[in-house]
Amino acid sequence: MTEVQTAGRVRLDAYAAVIGAGEIEELRSLARPLRGKEIQMVNSTAVGGGVAEILNRLVPLAEELELAIRWDVMMGGEDFFEVTKSFHNALHGSAYQARPEDMEIFLAYSERNRARLTLDAEFAVIHDPQPAALIDARKDHAGHWIWRCHIDLSQPNPTVWKFLEGFVSRYDGAIFSSPEFSRQLLIPQYLFHPAIDPLSEKNRDLEADFIAGVLARFQIDPGRPLLAQISRFDRLKDPVGVIRAYQSVKRYFDCQLVLAGGGAADDPEGAVVLNEVRHEAHGDPDIHVLELPAWSPLEINALQRASTVVIQKSLREGFGLTVAEALWKKKPVVASAVGGIPIQVIHKHTGLLAHSVEGTAYQIRFLLSHPEIAARLGEQGHQHVKENFLITHNLRNYLALFLALDRAA
Amino acid sequence: MRTAEIPFEFFTVAYLTRIGNQAARTLAELAKGLEQCSDASIFHHTFQTLGTHHFLTEGFSNDFAQWVLASTNRGELAERLAALDLRDYVSLAELRSDLRRVVSDYCAAHPQFADQMALERFYFCESVEVTVPLGYTAKSLEEFRSGLERLSHASFCFHFLSSRLRLQLRTNDFSLWLANSLGLETLASSINRIDVYTNTLESARAKMLRLIDRERRRKA
Repeated sequence: MTEVQTAGRVRLDAYAAVIGAGEIEELRSLARPLRGKEIQMVNSTAVGGGVAEILNRLVPLAEELELAIRWDVMMGGEDFFEVTKSFHNALHGSAYQARPEDMEIFLAYSERNRARLTLDAEFAVIHDPQPAALIDARKDHAGHWIWRCHIDLSQPNPTVWKFLEGFVSRYDGAIFSSPEFSRQLLIPQYLFHPAIDPLSEKNRDLEADFIAGVLARFQIDPGRPLLAQISRFDRLKDPVGVIRAYQSVKRYFDCQLVLAGGGAADDPEGAVVLNEVRHEAHGDPDIHVLELPAWSPLEINALQRASTVVIQKSLREGFGLTVAEALWKKKPVVASAVGGIPIQVIHKHTGLLAHSVEGTAYQIRFLLSHPEIAARLGEQGHQHVKENFLITHNLRNYLALFLALDRAA
Repeated sequence: MRTAEIPFEFFTVAYLTRIGNQAARTLAELAKGLEQCSDASIFHHTFQTLGTHHFLTEGFSNDFAQWVLASTNRGELAERLAALDLRDYVSLAELRSDLRRVVSDYCAAHPQFADQMALERFYFCESVEVTVPLGYTAKSLEEFRSGLERLSHASFCFHFLSSRLRLQLRTNDFSLWLANSLGLETLASSINRIDVYTNTLESARAKMLRLIDRERRRKA
């Protein structure tokens, strides 16, 4: 195990400009009874991926609340991460042929990590399946152990879930990102929506000149409506469906489309999908297919801010935080009613939901025809994110959880 | 200006959401769920959700009405559920009873819709409330105004809306203290009449501050 030193620290007080000084003051009040109690976060990677991104922000903020928090990362070899990747996909419902050696590899690395890590914090939050078996290190029901599941368990592979459930059921509680993603468990299950950081490079305010520069670099006309879907090139994000919706809108509005995402370089299937998208877009200079490097937060931010309508036409989705990112930028969103999207897009209140290519095209046309309604949805969407999907809200949830567990004990 | 013997104590609140093991896929299952779910679940889907969606000042009032509209497309029932005004309730048992009655009556009148599958399931959740004193109190109207300005939305909602259940009175923490401890019955009553459905929490607070300022000018 390695204790992680977080990078890019943002002061808690900096968030006062976003959520108000009162909210910050109350976070301090909620944290006060927890001072002196050790909190430990454990996951499987310090960089890359949404969990590491959240912990990189959350841990320093908790430290500013004078909480004794530490973040440890599980160590594993290539074989371990191959197994956990298969588990991850199987838990998402993909086909998986169980091999007994997979479970053995998983258990062997869990045991090695248990031996290396001090697991005696008052509150241990174990993120995702990889470190779930660390619960074996718990002595005499000491402390409070919580399993934070960031993935969708609605249709898991039964073999993998049965194996994992043996560990999960021994925790004091589990946290899921949506009720839909949870399982029938005997332990309490809590709901924490994923969160975005309003001060990160992906979401902070940008200078108009910078946005204009990004548009110029990608040869996008700033004078005409811009539709955008920001997602990796994956069939489940239905980029071809987005192009078809755009083509339908294009008959009535002189608009442009941006499909921007990464993931094609190191993902064979991503490369195939990217080719399909380019084929579908062929001959239309107003369709911009942008393969961005894996980490391009400022470019993504600029493209979202420059958009007239943001689309998320997924066929299947986890929570879909790109929606929250667009709403935070006050953009009207047209999105599919799948996964966690309807929690963010409350139909006709914070955006518009659609169920087909035709429906997506209609909702986009409606928004382009009614800019005043688009602006209202964007404003209400921003308020929705501010109230429910910011990193400070996530911190408040953790404080509430630790206080509730502490008081119940 | 009068000083109160018993100060107003400001609290902060955080809500932990617990996912229940109950879900509804039809209106009939919703009616059954309303009968069986915990009080904390009724609270979560009504009082709590009003607080976290306060910025929507038209057409959104509780999760049940929203689900009925969005997932079952039964506008009439959604309207009836949305029309239940939380300020009329001082107990969750009364609120549950009315929610159940509205859904059951609709199912009885329209049996063809009772078992129709919804687009999405309704998941019953519960709120676990955690309160902590903020460490500041008010003994005068000036101190009260200053404390009110500092409150987060959640804490403002805790004192202004969900306090009705705690007090079991058709009033709120603010109005009760202003009337009982400072003798400001008219101000208390005006504050209690501020509409949380047509105001955001921010605009409700702004109205409250204006009423307090008017009172201070009157007494000056």
